[in-house]
Amino acid sequence: MKKLFFLLNVLALLPAMVWAAPPLYPAVKPNTALVFPRDHGAHLEHRTEWWYVTGWLETLDGKQLGFQVTFFRTRPNIDQANPSQFSPKQLLFAHAAISDPAQGSLLHDQRGARSGFDLAQASEADTDVRIDQWTLQREPTGRYTTHIQAREFELQLSLQLTQALLLQGDHGYSRKGKNLSQASYYYSQPQLAVSGTITRAGKKITVRGTAWLDHEWSTSVLAQEAVGWDWVGLNLDNGSTLMAFRIRDAAGQTLWASGTLRDTQGRVRALSSQHITFTPTRHWRSPRTATNYPVAMQVQAGDLQLQLEPLMEDQELDSRLSTGAVYWEGAVTALQNGQRVGRGYLELTGYFKPLKF
Amino acid sequence: MQTTALAFTFLLGEFRAHGKRVAIGVIAIAIGVAMGYAVHLINYAASSEFSQAVRSLMGNADLTVRGTRIGFNEQAYPLLARLPEVAVASPVVEIDAHIPQQSEALKIIGIDYFRAQTVQPNMLGHLADENMNEGLDAFHPNALFLSPAALTWLKLKLGDTLAVQVGLEIRQLHIAGTVPAAGAGQRIGVMDIAAAQWRFDRLGLVQRIDLKLRPGVDIAAFQSKIDSILPTGVAAVTPADGERRAANLSRAYRVNLNVLALVALFTGAFLVFSTQVLSVVRRRSQLALLRVLGLTRASLIRWILAEGTLIGVLGSISGLLLGYAVAAAVLDYSGADLGGGYFSGVRPTVHFDIWATVIFFALGLGAALLGSLVPALETARAQPSRALKAGDEENALRRLRSPLPALVLIASAGALCFVGPVNELPIPGYIAIALLLIGSIALMPRLAYAVFSHFPTPTHSASYLAVTQLKGASGRASIGLSGILASFSLMAAMAIMVTSFRVSVDEWLGNMLPAELYMRAAPSGDTAYFSAQDQLIILSTPGIARAEFLRSTHISLDPLRPAITLIARPIDPANPAARLPFIGAVLPSQPLSSTQPITVWASEAAADLHGLVVGKQFMLPLGAHSQSVIVGGIWRDYARQHGALVINLADYRRLTGDERVTEAGMWLQAGTIPAQAVNNLRASLHNNTRLDIAEPGEVRRLSLKIFDRSFTVTYLLEAVAIIVGLFGIAASFGGQALARAREFGMLRHIGVTRRQIGLMLAIEGALLTTLGVLAGLLLGWVIALILIHVVNPQSFHWTMNTHMPWVLLSSVAATLIFAAAITAWLSGRSAMSVQAIRAVRDDW
Repeated sequence: MKKLFFLLNVLALLPAMVWAAPPLYPAVKPNTALVFPRDHGAHLEHRTEWWYVTGWLETLDGKQLGFQVTFFRTRPNIDQANPSQFSPKQLLFAHAAISDPAQGSLLHDQRGARSGFDLAQASEADTDVRIDQWTLQREPTGRYTTHIQAREFELQLSLQLTQALLLQGDHGYSRKGKNLSQASYYYSQPQLAVSGTITRAGKKITVRGTAWLDHEWSTSVLAQEAVGWDWVGLNLDNGSTLMAFRIRDAAGQTLWASGTLRDTQGRVRALSSQHITFTPTRHWRSPRTATNYPVAMQVQAGDLQLQLEPLMEDQELDSRLSTGAVYWEGAVTALQNGQRVGRGYLELTGYFKPLKF
Repeated sequence: MQTTALAFTFLLGEFRAHGKRVAIGVIAIAIGVAMGYAVHLINYAASSEFSQAVRSLMGNADLTVRGTRIGFNEQAYPLLARLPEVAVASPVVEIDAHIPQQSEALKIIGIDYFRAQTVQPNMLGHLADENMNEGLDAFHPNALFLSPAALTWLKLKLGDTLAVQVGLEIRQLHIAGTVPAAGAGQRIGVMDIAAAQWRFDRLGLVQRIDLKLRPGVDIAAFQSKIDSILPTGVAAVTPADGERRAANLSRAYRVNLNVLALVALFTGAFLVFSTQVLSVVRRRSQLALLRVLGLTRASLIRWILAEGTLIGVLGSISGLLLGYAVAAAVLDYSGADLGGGYFSGVRPTVHFDIWATVIFFALGLGAALLGSLVPALETARAQPSRALKAGDEENALRRLRSPLPALVLIASAGALCFVGPVNELPIPGYIAIALLLIGSIALMPRLAYAVFSHFPTPTHSASYLAVTQLKGASGRASIGLSGILASFSLMAAMAIMVTSFRVSVDEWLGNMLPAELYMRAAPSGDTAYFSAQDQLIILSTPGIARAEFLRSTHISLDPLRPAITLIARPIDPANPAARLPFIGAVLPSQPLSSTQPITVWASEAAADLHGLVVGKQFMLPLGAHSQSVIVGGIWRDYARQHGALVINLADYRRLTGDERVTEAGMWLQAGTIPAQAVNNLRASLHNNTRLDIAEPGEVRRLSLKIFDRSFTVTYLLEAVAIIVGLFGIAASFGGQALARAREFGMLRHIGVTRRQIGLMLAIEGALLTTLGVLAGLLLGWVIALILIHVVNPQSFHWTMNTHMPWVLLSSVAATLIFAAAITAWLSGRSAMSVQAIRAVRDDW
């Protein structure tokens, strides 16, 4: 359940057009076995897809930073008959952000390109996406590497697997609403061990930490009533992991919720709507967009109850100039009785404006 | 103080009494200033809008890689984008789309929004409301974004459709939104690059790649680095180069118009001079009295110059106002191209330009002051005691100066004709014309003296008096004579030049249009064409005996110069002169072999601008490749100022694989009338309305109409020159007649009738004007030769043959002589209204 869904709004979710050759998007169906490494690669037939890395980093002098690197692919609803090499049959976007409490707000940059000319590409064989010099690649060993050359920073990170891959939903079939077609294929790589460098203002610093990678692809549309969602992915310190999301309506009520809890023994428990609640405990109002975000949350997932506290309050991401979205995407600490039990990322969308579908 | 007040009274009296004469000076200055100022404002508006357009199209780019109008292989884009120095590479497709019913093409830019965001942010389209577009998005192959100026021009609103012609087909584009950041006068449309390539049949080609370099990259070094990897004919230029190129487009034309404005100012200055001289002569005793009363020489000069200043200020101000109004009206009514055909695609509005205003004000004032300076110095030099006595007027004008300075001026004018252009502008030629004019005017008193002193004295009484008068007082006559000389020579020069040009163009058109019927795919833009199939249809159309097809496109031989036209048409290698009007030697036809370079024929402009001579070999960029070619001959071309190359259509097709053509020349079967063939063509091409079909006569008529329109300013100036000449004569004789009131009185005393005096003046006027006209004709002819053989080839790179417009010249000459006689006679009548006895008594 990722933020860039609402890019579709702008680029792909257009009323059906009469085309000489309209794109045919395959539906997401249950009981489809995911096959790796093929399914690490891109699914160019589907309407949308993303590879999404979030995590916490620690510098050598003990400073805590949050980071996120996202590659997003969309197949727009355009006439497939256009033989031009520039024909935007696949569009690629990438976002990168660093949360540094010393900075107070996000350092952020983004890229967008139509695929083609070997300048922007998403491989179908394995995770290998790039836009110019921005890359995210998976090696046969399972290790991921990413290189981001942003305006204000440069990221060079290596993400090592420490646990098995985690299929979300029903063996990777993750429902987003009451309608069976409202679903995606979704798996995660939690508890990734990160090492690498961040370069800021010409200064390269070594970092290490823990990250979470999501890969999700779909064609589905959310329910009409949906205005946004809350999502959280947590690497708990004891080695267990939690992913939970809820889709909200205009009144703030949960339309659909889902989650996955994997315990220290590697047992996976799928959580459905009735097992998940998000309760805001503190709001932060953005001075730029006057949006109220519930930046601190009480999350109930099955019998696990966690208090989420942000690394810093201002982790709002304003990309109206490019993709048109304003949302909150931030590093959070999971607490139990005031004690840290894990860390991860929280995503809050649809608070600035209801998302239109 | 007293004398100052007195002087002021005198001068004020002069203005009051001879307001009309002052007004002529003011008007003359005003015309010159208005013309120069208007030309400047129009060009300034046009070229700044044009530069603005160039800048805005290039956006933040550090370099633009561009080649021919057809474009170059899009694979250069990933090549450039991957270079480590490049931050962003933004590919651009440029189209001049023909819009049916519009004479001007619409420039459509195809961009990749993602790349343009950083490189050309001003080109980004802004989607209109979703409901208006029914879900149309920016990538839709029919989605077009129009700049506000284009919307206004095409009278379209968001949600409308726009028909564009591609080949012979009409395609509908949907106005999906606006380009809000486009410059106010910029008419452009923006589309997605993939949509533009597809909709306009430009697959695989881009016209431009704009590069934003990484910080710290040395642009010049990078420029030369990529030169080696770019295909021939494709080069990287900086935005400054782009602007310079835009300015170069019209520079020569602009300079020529500005020189014409200077000519107008010069005639204005001359008019001020002649009125001032006469008014000073007439007031000689008054001015002497002022001197006697204690006014210093310097103050006197100042006072006379003050008169000139007043004329100059009034003339300049009214000229500036008039010029501004004219510029605004012209820009509003007919656009900015001044008949020259430059600057299409922009719709500028007039902007106040402080520096130009100051300069043209100064020029007007300067001209008036210059006109007053000579008489002021002359008056100040006179001995007050002598000047107070009657009859001294003659002295002021009688002294003949040494002819040496005038001869030096004329000689240097001759030498300047052989100096080449400066900075690609024919500056020495213009200076030569100015020197020649000034030298000739300075020689006029001598000429008058030389001619009239040897003139046989007739026996008829009025003629006798007239000739004797001219013999005795030829100096006085020289002012009127100079006026006639200046105006008639300028008029004659312009008339000879324009006629030579027009006749040459006419002959050239005859040579260029050998077929019986011509057909164009569209009158504007580069999107219309005849496909290979269309060509077969044309050939098999009933009534068409045979057809020659022509493909016209643009290529760049030098990235810093405007592109030249490449014309592919069938040329008989054995006899290329059958289709091209050659100048000089033509290479014999080359044996056809793959190792030999292909023959191309260069127009004069192409030869001049790109240093091509017969026999020279060079690499010609054609499509993705370049081909070794040899110049087979130089031909005359008046249509393409930036140069043209002709290549055999068969060679062109073989090298490019491009089967499309843009024009067809057709010969009819015996017995077919053109109208019938036109109908058949329209019927067989399923496209009856959009085809542009014309007979050569029509093409010729249209071409000459365009020619005449582009010389409107010149024709206007010819009229101004003649009017100034007439004013000069009137002023000269009016002043003389008043000054000669005593003489008339004396003549009346000794029994000469009023009628005879009138006749005498008319003959004097006619004789003097005849001399002026003859001298003017000679001078005009010489100036015309300079214009034809020096100025024109240097500014427009074409030559022409001299043709004399005898009918026009002789009728203007006759009119001038007749008008001069009438004017002289009329001025005599007013002078003779004073009683003879009173006029003579003035002596005492």
